[in-house]
Amino acid sequence: MEVQEQLRHNQLLQLLNSGRRADERGSLDYRAIKLQKNPLNNAEGSALCKLGKTQVIAGVKIDLATPFPDRPEEGVLSTGAEFSPLGSHLFEPGPPRVEAIELARVVDRGIRSANMIDLSSLAIPGVAKVKAVYVDLWVVDHDGNLFDAAMLAAVAALSNTRMPKLENDKLVRGEYDGTLPISCMPVTCTFGLLGNHKILDPTLDEEKGLDGRFTLATTPDFVCAAQKTGWKGVTQKDIMEFVDISFKKGADLRRLITQ
Amino acid sequence: MTGASKSKPPLLREDGKRLDGRSFDELRPLSIEARVLNDAAGSALVVWGKNKILAGVFGPRECIPRHDESPYRAVLRCRYNMAPFCSLEEHGRSGPSRRSQELSKVISEAFENVVIAESYPKSAIDVFIDVLQSDGGTRCAAVTAAAVALADAGIPMKDMVAAVAVGKVEGKLALDLSKEEDNWGESDNPIAFASRNGEVLLYQMDGQLTRDEIDQAMTMGKAAAQKVHAIQTDALRRVYTRAGEVALPLSLKPGEARSE
Repeated sequence: MEVQEQLRHNQLLQLLNSGRRADERGSLDYRAIKLQKNPLNNAEGSALCKLGKTQVIAGVKIDLATPFPDRPEEGVLSTGAEFSPLGSHLFEPGPPRVEAIELARVVDRGIRSANMIDLSSLAIPGVAKVKAVYVDLWVVDHDGNLFDAAMLAAVAALSNTRMPKLENDKLVRGEYDGTLPISCMPVTCTFGLLGNHKILDPTLDEEKGLDGRFTLATTPDFVCAAQKTGWKGVTQKDIMEFVDISFKKGADLRRLITQ
Repeated sequence: MTGASKSKPPLLREDGKRLDGRSFDELRPLSIEARVLNDAAGSALVVWGKNKILAGVFGPRECIPRHDESPYRAVLRCRYNMAPFCSLEEHGRSGPSRRSQELSKVISEAFENVVIAESYPKSAIDVFIDVLQSDGGTRCAAVTAAAVALADAGIPMKDMVAAVAVGKVEGKLALDLSKEEDNWGESDNPIAFASRNGEVLLYQMDGQLTRDEIDQAMTMGKAAAQKVHAIQTDALRRVYTRAGEVALPLSLKPGEARSE
């Protein structure tokens, strides 16, 4: 496997040195993005994000749950990710791998730090239980850059989530009372790192040859989550460049969710 | 199943039809789209009533773990799995349950009879089935999706497989039970048929039926499975006439062709 990665690395480096990418994209171009909003009906919210050949489903379920002991006045947000074995020959059935856990945690941090959902609004006055928001990321086709695809799917699903009706402190399934209030839309931009090259939205083929990746989640005003993966170090100057590009590209991504 | 704590609702309307307006020998609307995933060798989306089932096939490929492999034939492994957001009720737990493990076993065994596994010794053919939205009859939809995905992957088979459930609702045999009918009806018989010779490849049953009712249920099921089979073959044919990229049409409505 190491030999293969080394070959991929060299091949990708040569290509980037000649100023090109295998799919003829510019270094800071996204692949085509398509969002299907609320394709599922049993989930309170759902979305399918297609980013090139990568396809990720996000499903949102609303439940009643016991709040965390240190936050009795706040609702619960829980994010999970599953690399469904039908999504790639590289995925296997079984408990989530570390990559799936990382994906769920990065998306969770982006949503949580952006205060996209006002968790205090999910408390139910006079009742010990609170509303819980479960976001599940279901990867059904893996062709690279799962972070950005999963984040788009999650935010699109949460933006279109219906709240089940509450009657006698119980949820009435199939009847709805408004939507989940959201305050903003965090989106992520993922950069692939190789030598001095920085490429936005790496494909799976590119990811195999990369030295590292850098993901930034942004709202219109703030950077709200980050994740550096791989061994490659970055400079302060690099990071500031990523921040500038992420704010600019973030506006385009948010437009896709709202349109 | 859900709703068990409530008392039994009426399962027929005033006009004698079923709750969703169907007659007793009528299937719910069904749409199938083949080749909806890029990496899987074969795939299918089945939208059947409110069910949405996705199947993906890999192989024949190296069999891991090695102790599963056979020197005589490919091992066929089907995995039925429910997404935590598939039900209208509470958030589900991911990972295999006792129910999903049993279904995975009987679905695998159904296909062992039709897949020509002897051609690929020491290898594995994996069929992964995700229930993305559930509404009664998911195992029949799962078998139907798996068959299309296997054919789409070019796995040689002696026959196609189509499945449908026959149940008993308010004293009468009824085709293709909905969730309420499954929960509150008197019997449920999910049956998978080999499409050419009508052999029964999967059969489960609960509730109570007389000898004559079993016979009648089989006849009803076999006729309905032929209709399912026609939709399966149509989906497979359309793969070769369809233009454009491979995409999952998750918003597809049952009974409608893909709009694009």
